[in-house]
Amino acid sequence: MKARFLGPFLAICVVAALLGVSLGQAQQGNVSPAKPPKDKTGVYSELDKAPQKARAKSNPLQSDPDAVLAGRILFERHCAECHGDVAEGGHHGPNLRAAEVQNAPVGAIFWILTNGIVWHGMPVWSKLPEPQRWQLVSYIKSLGVKPSPANPALPRP
Amino acid sequence: MIPRFFLGLFVLSLLSLVVASPAFSQESPYIVAYDHYMEEPGSLEVEYFSTFGTQRGGNDFHAYWVEFEYGVTAWWTTEFYLDAQSTFHDSTLFTGLRWENRFRPLKHEHFINPVIYIEYEHISGADKILKEIEGHDVESDSADLNAVARQEHNNELELKLLLSSTYKGWNFVENTLAAKNLSNHPWEFGYALGASRPLKLKASAKRCNFCRENVIAGVEMYGGLGDRYSFGLKDTSHYLAPVVAWNLPSDWTLRLSTGFGLNDNSHRFLLRWGLSREFSGFGDLVSHLFGGQR
Repeated sequence: MKARFLGPFLAICVVAALLGVSLGQAQQGNVSPAKPPKDKTGVYSELDKAPQKARAKSNPLQSDPDAVLAGRILFERHCAECHGDVAEGGHHGPNLRAAEVQNAPVGAIFWILTNGIVWHGMPVWSKLPEPQRWQLVSYIKSLGVKPSPANPALPRP
Repeated sequence: MIPRFFLGLFVLSLLSLVVASPAFSQESPYIVAYDHYMEEPGSLEVEYFSTFGTQRGGNDFHAYWVEFEYGVTAWWTTEFYLDAQSTFHDSTLFTGLRWENRFRPLKHEHFINPVIYIEYEHISGADKILKEIEGHDVESDSADLNAVARQEHNNELELKLLLSSTYKGWNFVENTLAAKNLSNHPWEFGYALGASRPLKLKASAKRCNFCRENVIAGVEMYGGLGDRYSFGLKDTSHYLAPVVAWNLPSDWTLRLSTGFGLNDNSHRFLLRWGLSREFSGFGDLVSHLFGGQR
């Protein structure tokens, strides 16, 4: 192949690959919020993988009256796209008002925010400074339990 | 063929972006260095950057590029670049394209987080965006007239190891670079270092444009390290650049960098600025266009 055709040929390959990958990725994630796939509930088990040291952490902003308000703004900016406007679950993210999340230690939620669940599509959020991650935890915990209809989350024994 | 193809790509991108949702992003201020954070899965970030450079022994220039950065997964980000430049008292020309991929090999956050970077470049000798400095890149390389420089075509493979740490709001990055011109040229090496921090770590409880947490300031340093046969600092150029990013709640990010050459082989001054916007749900949108469900 002549060198002058190499660039356009590779550009076409790049765009085709991007389209193909985004198609495949999106179709994997194409689910109705009302009927999440089974593996989505499996994501909650990631909370149990938080190390004991991380689970034992307490929220340093627990008594900060602005933490929930600030956390709400952060949630709308960074999380609502996947988890829904009020954290009840969205196209790509599970319901954060499920009992599994609401009953989890704050340290475990903070650990998930920091580390993400990279192989299941949740990015790491350590790019948000630690106080902002705690503000997010404050907001999420303030929401309370509200299981989604197709995924009734039972309280843990 | 190239202009028609890119015109088509540009129109397709614009059409897609009209219906995709903007998303707030927390972008780092670096322009040359990379941290370990990937683009959010399914999101497309469209970025425009400019570099104004002074040139001894030639004409000053304004180089610019457009990036389309897509989060394929939470561990894989891919980017497509289109480069161009205008040299004062000379001409304006398209100078090439790049395709970059970044892979995050580790599942969890660590004190040092590695990312593998692989890039293919198809650029002409007139390319002046200075997105990375490698080998024996020096200021005089950019002094040729465009009509001469554009005759040289480079197909180059570039590998980087990106190391990044976040500690108490600070981000530290250390990038090492190895580049191979696919014709008969030796491996060339380079580096980029950076540190940055938001001006405030806690978020405000009200929506605001000018809140300090929206501004991230830092510094980056980058330069060449010679090639396989002459590794080291001899005949290389180096830059130190304060950087700042302003992440606006209206979904735009502005970046500014003033780079200063650290030795006689470097451009004396590089002024860079950039504007970017992230669109979430781009993957869903493309799927929808091709008949998938949203």
